[in-house]
Amino acid sequence: MNRPTRIPVVQGILSANDQIAAQNRELLGRHHILVINLMASPGSGKTSLILRTIDALHDRQRVGVIEGDIASSVDADRVATRGIPVVQINTGGQCHLDAPMVQRALTQLPLDQLDVLIIENVGNLICPVDFQLGENLNVMIASVPEGDDKPYKYPGIFVAVDAVVVNKVDLLPYVHFDMTAFCKLVAGMNPDVRIFEVSCETGQGIAGWARWVAEQRQPWAKRGQGVT
Amino acid sequence: MHELSITQSILDIVSEHARRAGARRVLAIQLVVGELTGFVDDSIQFYMDMLSPDTLAAGARLAIRRVPAQVRCRACGQEFGPQELNWACPHCAAVGGEIVSGREFQVESIEVE
Repeated sequence: MNRPTRIPVVQGILSANDQIAAQNRELLGRHHILVINLMASPGSGKTSLILRTIDALHDRQRVGVIEGDIASSVDADRVATRGIPVVQINTGGQCHLDAPMVQRALTQLPLDQLDVLIIENVGNLICPVDFQLGENLNVMIASVPEGDDKPYKYPGIFVAVDAVVVNKVDLLPYVHFDMTAFCKLVAGMNPDVRIFEVSCETGQGIAGWARWVAEQRQPWAKRGQGVT
Repeated sequence: MHELSITQSILDIVSEHARRAGARRVLAIQLVVGELTGFVDDSIQFYMDMLSPDTLAAGARLAIRRVPAQVRCRACGQEFGPQELNWACPHCAAVGGEIVSGREFQVESIEVE
């Protein structure tokens, strides 16, 4: 071949990641585990929401957690105090989790003993949404002190999630955050999205959020009936 | 930061297709990047310069075609390009809808010799 030739490729750059994500999804589906990819900016309350969710579901669903952080195990240590299976992934500087990292973490979890797996992604509103992990639901937290303009600045994540949890609503009296405008904007960009107003500090709204999570698992649980 | 692993994926895809075509080297790489993805052109170019020297793609020209976001209005069905601060349909003023384009992230073609 000497003359310049154009070769059509048309291949998704993340196809290698997506294939492993599909394997993760298949493995977790076989165990009838509902998998939630939880994304948010740093300090919005991801670990606090996970702790609240574990407590709210403890008599209904067996929850496991994968904690993704750039470094340290402080989040995993907090979750471990609840006595549930938790694996810490340190990404070593990478700003998001990817499917191969989750695949390795899954080998350390007792999949037969789980109903719900929550994966806490690295605190970041940009890249995590581009990397499938094998999740069934994408959920993000937007906290009140971050302001009500985040959907404008990070449309990519707001259009991609199944639910938005608005955390720290106990701070509404002290912070400018127009909840009506926020909800209208988010629903406009993503008409099927569920929005939950919660406070992980006071527990407000957690019951409704946890009920929704439990409901989302129903299809998986039913599929599990008759399978031994 | 994630453009490093992304660029490695691009190089893997490009090298694979170039090898299959029996190419001696890659002259150009055409990418398609949607506006709603979080990938930064300059950063991909930076890592390409760093990772490509020992590959078939050494010195290849990187061309990135940006695809703007297009949304189909749920109310009136017309397509529109949402502006940064405005997701309202210019035809009927309803807000938001289904994303038609803007999430692409592909190697579209390569030029080899």
